[in-house]
Amino acid sequence: MSINLDQAQQTFIVEAREQLQAMEESLLQLESDPGDDDAIGAIFRAAHTIKGSAGLFGLEPIVSFTHIVEDVLDRLRNGSVEVDAGLIAVLLKSSDHMLELINVVANQGAKLAPPALAREMELCQILQEYQTPSPVQAPKAAEASDPQAPAETRLWHIVLRFGPEVFRNGMDPLSFLRYLQTLGEIIHITTLTDAMPSAETWDAESCYLGFDIEFSSAAGHGAINEVFDFVREDCQIQIVAIDDPVPPMNTGLVATFQEQDDPNTAMVTTGQLMPDQRSAARMPAQVTPDKQPATSDGKAKDGAYVRVNADKLDELINLVGELVIASAGASLLARHCNDDSLQESTSTVSGLVEEILDGALRLRMIPIGETFNRFRRVVRDVSQELGKDIDLIISGAETELDKTVVEKIGDPLMHLLRNAMDHGIETAEARLAAGKPAKGHLHLNAYHDSGSIVLEIADDGAGLNRDRILEKAQERGLVAPGASPSDQEIYNLIFEPGFSTAQAVTNLSGRGVGMDVVKRNITLLRGTVDLDSQPGQGTVVRIRLPLTLAIINGFLVGIGQSTYVIPLDMVQECIELSEDDGVCSREQGYLDLRGEVLPLVYLRDHFNHEGPASRRQNVVVVRYAELKAGLVVDDLLGEFQTVIKPLGKLFGALRGISGSTILGSGAVALILDVPALLTQIAQTDNRYTTPPLQQATVR
Amino acid sequence: MPLLYETQDDTAQVQIDGELTIYTAADLAAQWLPRLGATPRMALDLSQITEMDGAGLQLLLMVQREAPKAGTRLEITGQSKAVTETLALCNLVV
Repeated sequence: MSINLDQAQQTFIVEAREQLQAMEESLLQLESDPGDDDAIGAIFRAAHTIKGSAGLFGLEPIVSFTHIVEDVLDRLRNGSVEVDAGLIAVLLKSSDHMLELINVVANQGAKLAPPALAREMELCQILQEYQTPSPVQAPKAAEASDPQAPAETRLWHIVLRFGPEVFRNGMDPLSFLRYLQTLGEIIHITTLTDAMPSAETWDAESCYLGFDIEFSSAAGHGAINEVFDFVREDCQIQIVAIDDPVPPMNTGLVATFQEQDDPNTAMVTTGQLMPDQRSAARMPAQVTPDKQPATSDGKAKDGAYVRVNADKLDELINLVGELVIASAGASLLARHCNDDSLQESTSTVSGLVEEILDGALRLRMIPIGETFNRFRRVVRDVSQELGKDIDLIISGAETELDKTVVEKIGDPLMHLLRNAMDHGIETAEARLAAGKPAKGHLHLNAYHDSGSIVLEIADDGAGLNRDRILEKAQERGLVAPGASPSDQEIYNLIFEPGFSTAQAVTNLSGRGVGMDVVKRNITLLRGTVDLDSQPGQGTVVRIRLPLTLAIINGFLVGIGQSTYVIPLDMVQECIELSEDDGVCSREQGYLDLRGEVLPLVYLRDHFNHEGPASRRQNVVVVRYAELKAGLVVDDLLGEFQTVIKPLGKLFGALRGISGSTILGSGAVALILDVPALLTQIAQTDNRYTTPPLQQATVR
Repeated sequence: MPLLYETQDDTAQVQIDGELTIYTAADLAAQWLPRLGATPRMALDLSQITEMDGAGLQLLLMVQREAPKAGTRLEITGQSKAVTETLALCNLVV
């Protein structure tokens, strides 16, 4: 059976992981706000769904463990068990254990290793303590919250008519029967084949099966109903209790809607059927109206998302990239033709292509919040481990960025957080002694800034020891003995590989461990990282990442016959460089921009273009992070959507160029790596120029 | 193919080897159903079935329904644990 449901099982694994993630978040939420009924509900639903689906796949170890967890959660929901720190801790551990079960049992098809089994036993014991405390009170509470939940076994009549698509959707009707057996006893079952068409139209892969089941169970209507959650859409289901006193009414079906307020259960109207009507065949028409509101109810949440393979998305974006180039080429040709209507239509096309591009790129964008929320648990665990009281504050969780970036930024962020907790934030005593509140704070923040996203990790700890870093850097020859680098530069030294294995420098050790790896990972994402620290006040690490890796809005500039692309997000303004200004600024190397000092880069010289500069030159003012400069170019050619083609390995060492692109005309244009260019100038400035300029560039 | 078919006198010997599931149901049906009616009797050996699901069950039920119509008498000569369990689950006797 597991082979049969292989694909569905993969989906189960993915979804179970998500459920556990949600469960963990809700648990943490519950920890900070013990009265949060929504959180309890969410935790219960997560466990319940996992149990239900695991049962469907016959994953017994998962079902049995989750059942205990669910039982405790049910008591929590009823109010017969109170939220306390111990319960949260054991539930968190249980959710970890469930994740392990899913990884081992469902994903690898293996059995748990002995240590894990021992852990399970331990967890079960703790959980059982929560199961037993008030046996008298519990059923009462259950009844109060759920009028349908019966205290004793009763008889149910279940009518199942599977739809033709059930097999093709990877479901096996028999597995539902098997799972049903775990809830109670099938007293009698009739397999119905009357839906099977004649041999000519019969199809081996369409399902025509139906079952009438008499089922004896202590489970409530909701629980029985949930057995069929996975086939609800393809299936007609009726579940009625048949040993109730006959209601004094003439109609056979008495609809009871009590359970409709619980979103996860009771999707099919509960009816009570008179015994003599039990055998009467139910017409589909009678069932459908009952089914309709149910499906939409359950799908409201799931329906908003479609699972798409990331590869397909990449393929689409790649194609859209080519489309952008092609459409740029077409509009260029149209412009040469002097045909107004042609130009008009190509411009409409370009407009649409641009919208498609935006849409396609947005598909890949996901909010960073999910990654951030994962850290709540990390902060909780690490702070307990270290005996420090640390609060994690998250802001800007809705900030979106490319999925690939989100995936790859998790580890570096985790590293930085651990460092901040381990070495940044002091112990409670040290904090009190320093006149700070005992509780340490970590702040994770994300925001968009000039075409990139900035992730900030701020702690209110002791800050970095500037002198120790400098001393150590000089020791290691990273800084020349006589040099006096700025604080900023000193702090950023901890990202140097030489610092990664800081030995025996107590108040520094660890802070540098693996920081070069963090930096390397971020650099691979075309991002930058820098660090700011105030002694005694705390440290802020800022990671700056590009929003997407594939396409940028470019600004085309010409130098002689060559074309360069500047990422548009970094362009602040363009100004004309008059001849007088030109001579003057050429000598000084900077321009007076409304009273501000703007260092200039002559791209013509920078890239060694030959031939005379054009008479009228232009300055493109670019900004990246805190750096600002003017790039001097010959011509301004306008905006252009640019698909980044990475440079070959051969050009890997090239500085100042981040990639190439193909223009509509077929010509190649190089994309300027503005951050690299600006850093280059900043370094040169710091070394050779006069203090005021240094001030201006560093700001 | 998992369907072994041979004729002895007036009896067709049918043996299914391996899975009787959604993965094999369509193939098996294509081989099996047309042969109903070719012989007055069909002896069905289900002892080599390793796995059976709803689609397999349905095929079996289909054969059971169609055989008399075509004039073939079905006879089960053996059934494996997988088959017995499935039939018991659905309260069926084939």
